[in-house]
Amino acid sequence: MNEQITKLNRRDFIKISAFTGGGLVLGFNVLSSCSPERGDGVIHDLNAFVKIDTNGMVTLMNPNPEIGQGVKTSLPMLVAEELDVDWKDVKVEQAGLDTEKYKRQVAGGSGSVRESWESFREAGATARQLLINAAAAEWSVSPNTCYTERGMVVHKATGKKIGYGQLVEKAATMEVPTDVNIKPIQSFAIIGKRIPNVDNRAIVTGQYKYGIDTKREGMRYATLVRPPAFGQTLKSFDDAEAKKQPGVEQVIRIDNKIAVLGRSTWEVMQGAKKIQAEWEDGESMESTADYQRNFKEVLSRRPTETPQRKDGDVQRAFSGGAKVFEAMYEAPFLAHNTMEPMNFFAHVRPDGAELYGPIQTPEGTRTRVAKLLDMPEGKVTVMMTRMGGGFGRRLMSDFVEEAVLVSNAAGVPVNLIWSREDDMGGGYYRPMCTYQYKAAVDTDNKLIAWQHHSVGVTGNSARAGSFPAGAVPNLQVNAHEYKSPVTTAPWRGPIHNFIAFSEQSFIDEIAHAIAKDPVAFRLEVLEQAKQHPIGKVEYDPDRFAGVIKKVAEMAGWGTSKGANVYQGIAAQYSFNSYVAQVAELVKQDDGKLKIKKIYCAVDCGIVVNKSGAENVVEGGIIDGIGHAMYPELTLTKGKPDQVNFNTYHMIQMREVPEIEIQFIESDINPTGLGEPGLPPAGPAVANAAFAATGVRLRAQPFIKSGIFA
Amino acid sequence: MKIHVNGSEYSLNVPDNTSLLDALRVHLKLTGSKYGCGEGMCGSCKVLIDGHAMPSCITPVASVQNKEIITIEGLEKEGQLHPVQQAFLDEDAFQCAYCSSGMIISAVALKARNPKPTRQEIIDAMQGNVCRCCVYPRIMKAISKV
Repeated sequence: MNEQITKLNRRDFIKISAFTGGGLVLGFNVLSSCSPERGDGVIHDLNAFVKIDTNGMVTLMNPNPEIGQGVKTSLPMLVAEELDVDWKDVKVEQAGLDTEKYKRQVAGGSGSVRESWESFREAGATARQLLINAAAAEWSVSPNTCYTERGMVVHKATGKKIGYGQLVEKAATMEVPTDVNIKPIQSFAIIGKRIPNVDNRAIVTGQYKYGIDTKREGMRYATLVRPPAFGQTLKSFDDAEAKKQPGVEQVIRIDNKIAVLGRSTWEVMQGAKKIQAEWEDGESMESTADYQRNFKEVLSRRPTETPQRKDGDVQRAFSGGAKVFEAMYEAPFLAHNTMEPMNFFAHVRPDGAELYGPIQTPEGTRTRVAKLLDMPEGKVTVMMTRMGGGFGRRLMSDFVEEAVLVSNAAGVPVNLIWSREDDMGGGYYRPMCTYQYKAAVDTDNKLIAWQHHSVGVTGNSARAGSFPAGAVPNLQVNAHEYKSPVTTAPWRGPIHNFIAFSEQSFIDEIAHAIAKDPVAFRLEVLEQAKQHPIGKVEYDPDRFAGVIKKVAEMAGWGTSKGANVYQGIAAQYSFNSYVAQVAELVKQDDGKLKIKKIYCAVDCGIVVNKSGAENVVEGGIIDGIGHAMYPELTLTKGKPDQVNFNTYHMIQMREVPEIEIQFIESDINPTGLGEPGLPPAGPAVANAAFAATGVRLRAQPFIKSGIFA
Repeated sequence: MKIHVNGSEYSLNVPDNTSLLDALRVHLKLTGSKYGCGEGMCGSCKVLIDGHAMPSCITPVASVQNKEIITIEGLEKEGQLHPVQQAFLDEDAFQCAYCSSGMIISAVALKARNPKPTRQEIIDAMQGNVCRCCVYPRIMKAISKV
């Protein structure tokens, strides 16, 4: 009853204050004190993104999957900005897959904000205009004579005010305006602020549910016994011991794997360990050394594929170039290692299927599952949970399909959970690859030719437009795909995560060889792209140069940083954003190197959420250092040598350097941010290592070089 | 068997060697502690056992019958967050946040035995807690300011 009285009182109060024009400040206090949990009014939908209840509480829907990149906060910020509400009055809900209401429900390609920038703001502005129209109708005035002010519509001439909560019922029935105004950048009140993640409170108290936490009535936990090596097939198995494990209820063969179902995660995992399976090797059971050797063999031949890009004539330029340079860079396989291993809830019934869990690509997943079950897509529902990391791994839907097959075969709802060993050992990986470069400068030390020839396990390719493409008159890019049973997938900053290392190291090699400052040389090459662009130039040379100059200034590039301190620079344009980093290394008394600090300048256009942006770039830098420095996934006859964290070195707090980040002030539409922070970190460290020791790092992980502490 | 978790006593009918993590997550429905590696190497599953931050994934449930277990769900007292929880909130020290409960538990244990740890002491105490999103600088800042 108390709630009811409070509600009535508040509504009356708002009405009174609206009519008298007084008590506005107090009115706002009442609104602000209302926590999102207390919204107890009747909820009305204004569109697919905006719901407002009759108490003025605003619910914004986040359609995109949240993998830790922060979209569940940043996307609703776009809507709230244009809706003109106080962020304190907003709660955010995760939407499930709904292709009629939403476009591009994907977490990938650093595209969420970039692709939603206009449409989400329009959704907010449209709802706002509806509320204005409702107020104008209420007051019998023209909508043009009204404006909004943080959750209220105001009549200009009289100062009359009315809260959104009181308008929403009427607004929801009115014709949706098609031509709405969006705010000029200068009047942003939410975009550009530091807004903490909307789920934080539930996270620190352990209440937030991830996919792996899903438990339903009648549900069984399931895990799969998988081939220990890539390319193997299941010959036979004995499940007698597994069935003796308390808690294990069913063992079912699912194609090339064996499903163990039971009442708890631990019990089914114990059961799975007790399955005696016999596996048959496939045709190709290669080890890491085989790949390395075969890659080099491919690169020793002339490329046979059609070039991905061809400007001018590299061969002629090489024969006429004053100086020619060559280098080869090698990248190992890497596991994604999301902290939350692959898992998914599936309930397959005769009349449909319910899917619930962590997935970056719900739409494509639904299509594949519908096909798998021979069911119309409309019978398959997908709800995305917050994910314990994605990094590209959850763009794949193999684990969802597995859950579907197990639920279908066992006739029960299942939560299929991979063990860490399954997760790290079962693919999908960042493709292993080797990149070979050749370049030439003329007698004036101008970069005139650049050749990229690479080979990588299927899934890897080149980025044909990557810098210095567009700046060099003679350029050719050839990429060869090497067939392998090892499954690969995009891995945070796909291709950029390694091509930035190879290109930015090779540019550095050339600069040193012709005695030019590495920063000055990059700026000079960018100036070539600006003055004499060759073919398509994907990046804006001025913005690219802007981050390089900025980071050089931040780092005090070219000035003495003290004895035993060395710097290296790298910059990469990826996902429409520009990131430059300077790594600062210290040479210890024993001659070993330690990474002391990373300076980073970012141009991603308008920054939507300062806190989230800084966080994801900082994480990207450390992730980039971690994976360039420490781990590799090697194979022995197709079998992964590393299947848990004891042999796969993930960066930890002790290895994290100091980090300083600056964003370039901009009024350009926002671009990608989940991935661009990562690619320059490795090459910046490698280039600083060269400055310190004269040792050129051409293979990851760097730790194997022996020059680091 | 009986175990004591977050101030309550629970009866369990599971094999002795069942992992404490499984007992908490599946049988007690306390899912704040996470499975990450199953080998006590990533820290996602850490809980306080008599005040020590321990990986629950490799702790047999029978071994903790006479001990006091606190999980992430048990840190809040009468609507008041533990200062470490509050500091993580204040610093927005999360991305995917899957590692957060283990991170917070490790930090709570550290603060209980060493209220003003040095930077190096924090690093040493947090060794064994992996954050795949690499939110380490904010986690360091949060722990430092408590």
